[in-house]
Amino acid sequence: MQPADLFWGKLTWAAIPFGSPLPIFASAAVAVVIIGVLAWVVLKGHFPYVWREWITSVDHKRVGVMYVVLALVMLLRGFIDAAMMRAQQAIALNAPGFLPPEHYNQIFSSHGTIMIFFVAMPFVIGLTNFVLPLQIGARDVAFPTLNSVSFWLTATGALLVNISLFLGEFARTGWIPYPPLSELAYSPGVGVDYYLWALQISGVGALLSGVNFVTTILKGRAPGMDLMRMPMFCWTALASNLLIVAAFPVLTATLAMLILDRYLGFHFFTNEAGGNVMMFMNLIWAWGHPEVYILILPAFGIFSEVIATFSRKALFGYRSMVAATMGICVLAFSVWLHHFFTMGAGANVNAVFGILSTVIAVPTGVKVFNWLFTIYGGRVRYNVPILWAIGFMVTFVLGGMTGVLLALPPVDFLLHNSLFLIAHFHNVIIGGVVFALFAGYTYWFPKAFGFRLHEGLGKAAFWFWTSGFYLAFMPLYVLGFLGMTRRMQEYDVPAWQPWLIAAAAGAGLIAIGTAFLIAQLVYSIRHREALADLSGDPWDARTLEWSTSSPPPSYNFAVLPEVTALDAHWVRKQQSIEDRTARSMPSYVAVEVPRNSATGITCAFFATLMGFALIWHIWWLAALGVVGALATFVVFAWRDQVEDELSAEELSQRDGVDRAARDRASNPRLAA
Amino acid sequence: MNAAVIAIPGSREAKRLAAGYGFWIFLLSDIVMFACFFASYAVLVHATAGGPDGRQLFDLDRVAIETACLLASSFTCGLAFIASDKKATTLFYVAMAATLALGATFLSLEGAEFLSMVTQNAGPTRSAFLSAFFALVGCHGIHVSIGLLWLMTMMAQVYAKGFRDDILRRILCFTLFWHALDIIWVALFTVVYLIGLAP
Repeated sequence: MQPADLFWGKLTWAAIPFGSPLPIFASAAVAVVIIGVLAWVVLKGHFPYVWREWITSVDHKRVGVMYVVLALVMLLRGFIDAAMMRAQQAIALNAPGFLPPEHYNQIFSSHGTIMIFFVAMPFVIGLTNFVLPLQIGARDVAFPTLNSVSFWLTATGALLVNISLFLGEFARTGWIPYPPLSELAYSPGVGVDYYLWALQISGVGALLSGVNFVTTILKGRAPGMDLMRMPMFCWTALASNLLIVAAFPVLTATLAMLILDRYLGFHFFTNEAGGNVMMFMNLIWAWGHPEVYILILPAFGIFSEVIATFSRKALFGYRSMVAATMGICVLAFSVWLHHFFTMGAGANVNAVFGILSTVIAVPTGVKVFNWLFTIYGGRVRYNVPILWAIGFMVTFVLGGMTGVLLALPPVDFLLHNSLFLIAHFHNVIIGGVVFALFAGYTYWFPKAFGFRLHEGLGKAAFWFWTSGFYLAFMPLYVLGFLGMTRRMQEYDVPAWQPWLIAAAAGAGLIAIGTAFLIAQLVYSIRHREALADLSGDPWDARTLEWSTSSPPPSYNFAVLPEVTALDAHWVRKQQSIEDRTARSMPSYVAVEVPRNSATGITCAFFATLMGFALIWHIWWLAALGVVGALATFVVFAWRDQVEDELSAEELSQRDGVDRAARDRASNPRLAA
Repeated sequence: MNAAVIAIPGSREAKRLAAGYGFWIFLLSDIVMFACFFASYAVLVHATAGGPDGRQLFDLDRVAIETACLLASSFTCGLAFIASDKKATTLFYVAMAATLALGATFLSLEGAEFLSMVTQNAGPTRSAFLSAFFALVGCHGIHVSIGLLWLMTMMAQVYAKGFRDDILRRILCFTLFWHALDIIWVALFTVVYLIGLAP
């Protein structure tokens, strides 16, 4: 390695992969799309609107939607990686395939990193952002501007991962960069550094939104919204965000140690000078296993809402569901060692963690039975969200059972790092988290935009995704038993190939399902008049978010709801049918609405500079980024006017219009 | 009765409550991060790779002065908080300046310790033990440095804007941060220096 240039650091023309056509074409396509979208926005004169209403918005609903958009875009990127891997393995019997090893290794690393950190996390946080304050009857999250900062830091991480496509390389170490492979001696390039800084920056974003949500839930509920009257989704969000607060600092510390090793020659995880590689496995999975529950608990919450609404019944066993959620929240921290039973911690240690890992299946089982009993005896409407929920229950139980199998140390010794493991965790993450996110996306879409998504196209997407999932991942269970390990760029066992071809065909079905999702979105936007919902409650649902207009006004509720029971909205609807009374005229009080702020995007701009500069050892630019980010906060703190007041009269006038529109839509006789 | 129920959402009290509460949650997460560095120090404390160990490197006198500075700064920081509560401007500036001076003394002593170790060929690259030591103590030092920047920003804000509600909330968070660093130092002083020098 030559000494780094003072101005450009390690960055040279050689960083651009002119030699390999795939990344060049891919990044050119990404650049064309980004420039195209930007040009369209600017030329059509939409930029002021986008800047004012979205980029600088601190409204939790807008921030939530932006999180989901980020997740959907990154889902396409991560899925392309997956399709390339399936195609490679389908043809790589005694042949190099079309991906050289160093490229293949980057693809499986970026696939995992993107899908967990930039698809699942932003999708979950985005839905939480949108739904949670509405469900607890709050006007926004506890710290709206901080929320915007969190989003933009997450976007910074995603941007850095995508820059690695064009400049330099991404990590070749897998999505969890185990040392010593990820140490400077064995990964001298910038790939691991891209991984580390992208995750450090987006990790700060996740941590801050965790702090924000916990505070919102515990200190921001509407009058009468006791903890035991919270919708199930709020409970799961609370558990998930408590886990974020407790687990993400572990990730930050662990990655900081690896950064110190790589940048300053420390010896935390090196082979020499007393470094301890096994400490990395312990630390990273002390974050990594709770992370699994950070993703799946809100998924359980979404299904609880969807199943209760579409069965037209209260959720069965609410209290046991709360207990199960909080039980999982605690147990999540006691099972991390099952990720490396084969490391050699000893039989007794393995036994303890094996037993705890099977125990955590018990509260999950409680939940599955509760959902089944909710459906049982209900008048079920088979709309798209509950289809995802039913698909989830079948699929997730299967994934749970293979998980219990893997939790047994003797079995794990046979299946460790085989495709059986890959099949298992895709089974629970796709069948659990992804299905839930699609269910939640379909369920809350009308609340966010005021029109429903097309049912038929949604059902088509569901069937292709589900069948594609089974065709893509059931063969991997078989391949695990046949002894195929993960991350193989080439292999020489002819018996594996038919199964790999089947798996590739499954990926094809998922691609069709994804195409239907895109078609559904495009069709629904174009036919939004026909699909419009003016009632604010298109599913005849149970929780408070459906008691306001769609899309809700910036202040969410003109008058904060008085909560008297679980399923507050449902109870109120039943009450008004029983009493045959119209709502009494509410008394309005002036509301403070937080002002827009460019703090988030400015901070992200400097964080991007800092991250990029640290990756390429451009020290002056890194210093500029740090100083810029700090200065942004000071400027933010110096503002005099942080909120705008909406007077009681204006509120009353606006709310009157909204209420009249909702009443007309839910009672056609009034309209006539 | 739950305090959140009493405070009307959006009111001055509710905002102060949320800010303090949220910052406590953040501090807990910060303490978890320190716990990881403590754990790594405990794992690596004997991995000296033939290099010096704590007994040869630590100077208890210097660390005692550091500890005294930090504990005293917690007291002056508490005074500053009371002063802000009572809107006593002069006392606030004096107490904050004293906190700043004590914090800066602490940092310079720590810097001198680091420098003397590096010059004795006992820098963080020497052994895993020293890596863990520098990371743990250095992480606390970085926190103190950020705290000092924050302290000066708060003094400037009070000078420019007076004791406005949002500034009082920030002073509350700052004092929480400063006291938390003190608590971490007590653990650090015990685990690293006292146990490291114990016969």
